Amino acid sequence: MKSLYELPAFVVSRKIKEQEITAEEYISIIIERIKKVDDKINSFISHNFESALIRSRAIDKKIKEGINTGLLAGIPVGIKDNISVKGLKNTCASRMLAEYVSPYNATVVSKIEEQGGIIIGKLNMDEFGMGTTSEYSSHGPVRNPWNLDYVAGGSSGGSAAAVASSQIPLSLGSDTGGSIRCPSSFCSVIGIKPTYGSVSRNGLISYSNSLEQIGPIARTIYDLVPLLNTISGDDPKDNTTVHKKYEYQTNNVDNILKKKYRIGVLNELIDDSETEVGKNTRKKVKQLENYGCEVEDTRIPLSNYALASYYVIATAEASSNLSRYDNLRYGYEGSPEGYEWNSYFSESRSKFGDEVKLRILLGSYVLSAGYYGKYYAKAQKIRSMIKREFDILFNKYDILLLPTMPVLPFKLGEKTLQPIEHYNLDVYTILANLAGIPAISIPGGLSEKGFPIGVQLIANAFNEQKLIDAGVLLENVDGFETWIPKI
Amino acid sequence: MNNIKKMGPELKIGLEIHCQLTNLQTKLFCDCLSNYRNSPPNENTCPICLGLPGTLPLLNKRAVEFASMICMAFNCNIPEEISFYRKNYFYPDLPKNYQTTQYNSYELSSIGYEGSIEFVGDSKSKTDASKDSKQRGRIRIARVQLEEDPGKITYEEDKSAANNYSLIDYNRAGVSLVEIVTEPDFSSPIAVRGFLNEIVNLFEYLGVTDPSLEGSVRCDVNVSVGGGKKVEIKNISSFKEVEKSIYYEITRQKTLIMHEIDVKPETRHWDEKRKVTIAARSKEEEEEYRYFPEPDIPRIILGGKFVSRVKTLMPELPIERLQRYIEVYKITEHTAKILVNDKRISDFFEESLRYHKSPIEISNWIVNELLTKINEKDRQGLTDHNTRGLDILSVSPSQVAEIAKLVEVKALNRTIAREIFDKSIETGTSPLKIIENLEIEKISDEASIIKIIQDILISQPQLPEQSRNNPNVINYVLGLIMKETRGRVNPQIALKLIKQMIESN
Repeated sequence: MKSLYELPAFVVSRKIKEQEITAEEYISIIIERIKKVDDKINSFISHNFESALIRSRAIDKKIKEGINTGLLAGIPVGIKDNISVKGLKNTCASRMLAEYVSPYNATVVSKIEEQGGIIIGKLNMDEFGMGTTSEYSSHGPVRNPWNLDYVAGGSSGGSAAAVASSQIPLSLGSDTGGSIRCPSSFCSVIGIKPTYGSVSRNGLISYSNSLEQIGPIARTIYDLVPLLNTISGDDPKDNTTVHKKYEYQTNNVDNILKKKYRIGVLNELIDDSETEVGKNTRKKVKQLENYGCEVEDTRIPLSNYALASYYVIATAEASSNLSRYDNLRYGYEGSPEGYEWNSYFSESRSKFGDEVKLRILLGSYVLSAGYYGKYYAKAQKIRSMIKREFDILFNKYDILLLPTMPVLPFKLGEKTLQPIEHYNLDVYTILANLAGIPAISIPGGLSEKGFPIGVQLIANAFNEQKLIDAGVLLENVDGFETWIPKI
Repeated sequence: MNNIKKMGPELKIGLEIHCQLTNLQTKLFCDCLSNYRNSPPNENTCPICLGLPGTLPLLNKRAVEFASMICMAFNCNIPEEISFYRKNYFYPDLPKNYQTTQYNSYELSSIGYEGSIEFVGDSKSKTDASKDSKQRGRIRIARVQLEEDPGKITYEEDKSAANNYSLIDYNRAGVSLVEIVTEPDFSSPIAVRGFLNEIVNLFEYLGVTDPSLEGSVRCDVNVSVGGGKKVEIKNISSFKEVEKSIYYEITRQKTLIMHEIDVKPETRHWDEKRKVTIAARSKEEEEEYRYFPEPDIPRIILGGKFVSRVKTLMPELPIERLQRYIEVYKITEHTAKILVNDKRISDFFEESLRYHKSPIEISNWIVNELLTKINEKDRQGLTDHNTRGLDILSVSPSQVAEIAKLVEVKALNRTIAREIFDKSIETGTSPLKIIENLEIEKISDEASIIKIIQDILISQPQLPEQSRNNPNVINYVLGLIMKETRGRVNPQIALKLIKQMIESN
């Protein structure tokens, strides 16, 4: 018989609500599992076990008393360490914030708790979300559960690896240029970057405000949807959120097939990928075609310019967002007492890791008065042109299909010294961030050597339902929720 | 049209005025109070205005309204949509190390642009009013922008190098600030001073700020002499100092020019103690603010609907009020300006009119009697800094209205009226009460006068008969009445009644 930690959250939650098991038992098993496994993976930066147990008992009590407990009753959720949880350390995997404890909850965290979800701990990542491998962390790199010598992907590497290794059923990541989808692909879990403005960013520590969104990661689409429903919605604490109805469904296959989705396949991008990635992606195309979806090859002509546009905008915003860290009022151990301001400031700024420093420098450069037009303004122009290209494509197609990552997971340390090569890894994921549209990474199979391959689906703004429908189809044909690394 | 031809090198002065929107309930981007002045240090703060990681600015829509009202008062254009920019620089009083503001170099972002304001003008120079108004009548406004105020640093010593510590208070951080940038349209320090006084008055009319609060209205200045480079003066604490700093800067620049030394375009600080300007920024710290659009605040679409709604919120402006006083109330321009140039006095006037609608009479009482009295008190140094004008006297609009009414309707003798008014504003007692006590009210009601005449006719019944042959009898009776009442009876009414009663007898 399967252990509780292996089961999907929606199954366990039903058992808890029907009082077959208690939330406390479940949380205890999860804690045990984390303690046993995470030494190898390094997906958690900090734990919240004690208050998680207290909360689980409160939920059990509510259930006994017949009080409604919500969509996520008794379910542990891991939170990326750049999303604020009141009373917990919020390091962003940076020495700069080593001792920073958030005095407030991010809106998404409050919403999870309102639905009976239990915050189990904070997850490892690239420092401030800057990276594609989760190696740039003050807490050490996250290891891929499928092979511990390999990267888990990033920057939400902890969020994906903890779910993939069956430590927790659900986590939140953040996605600025693929940070949810990349590790989801590398670890064989599902991760979705929602439409910009559909999930509140209040409490998410900004890397690049105009690009990023918080999103859920799960092993099965049936777990992903309740968490997505929980966190979606406009928020008076985030002026960039959009008021809409966000009620996503996991429809049954027959109903989905009636919708006759038209799928545009980004053929060139598939061809440009590693052979095994391309092969598996085409297999997915075939599967959807067999379901009766209309499939057609198409392209995004401007995708070549996307990477440059992305890195200009992201680093520009980052250079400004990160300027507030000076350890004057919060940050790490150390006090400005006795220092002259400028010297204290430069000392504190040395606490950033090299990759963060690099991006701050890049961003400062592209924003300087003489270069604004040459870089930042041009990048924004490209961005709006790419948006327009997507608009045109979505007149024809419901969903666009491409690989999540152009490559298979690689060894730790293999690409950290080559920034350009490193940045190039993001080329397929940044498209959705630039356009503000939703994109999902779905497990697409394993390579010959047993490394996960993810397939990426993109839909028009606020069309998450189409991505979820496609996820249901692929999960049903593949049963990928059963592909679990042995650990 | 500005037609400035003056002796000596041409002088150009422009202003950057900062006005805190103190009448807003909350700060520009969070729910902390706008009124930070009564809180212990760092208590009027929250995660948003402290710029804690993950917090987002939440735009105060009322602030946009208030700023638009200022734009309208300055006849600025209000664009269809506005946006915010980040101005990045490191300073300990800036919680995020950037200021959220507006910036027009890359696009039209600010709430107002290209305005101009005609101003009321100083009433003191009435001898030369025409010349005066031509010279200082209209100032062009480059732009009006909405931004956040930083926190406040308190240094141990004035010289920063000598400091062992400095204290930061973030209570002010995030308070709404409107920056108004004028074109260099001023040609004298006096004109600047006059303009600033009117601007403060205008803010009071608009109800957006309380200028009596310390630091609620601040001003930077730029000065250029003889078409030379522009020098900016910052760090000026009061309007008096603004005037002094300009005088100093003019002399400094003229001296440089005389010695054929180039005036450098630079920012200088006003040293209030030594009364000199000091170069503030060296070249290596040249301004590089890395402006870019604030991603956390979506563009705000204003449009015609918004503009017309704000129009309905606009109060009567000083210049409009001046016009009304002159045209409708027929008050002299001189008197009208005195009233209008202090909103509280003007409001006092309007309130008085509600008790007795006689604008000319009431305005004269206010300007000639009340303000003279206040000025006397001012000279005697009886006012401390915070009590202004009307507060030092216990005077209410109804008192002024009453005295005006007594003079006009009941023909109270002006000299006596003045005495009564003085007493009234010293004590706060109503003029009517004072008269009752003094029994010097003019007797105007016919019944009382008839009663007196009847008494006289009873004691001297021959009078009607005599009057047929002698017209002087009537005056004789009037004399008796005056004697009886110590001159308090209205003679016109008395004469009329005497005639009537003698004839009917």
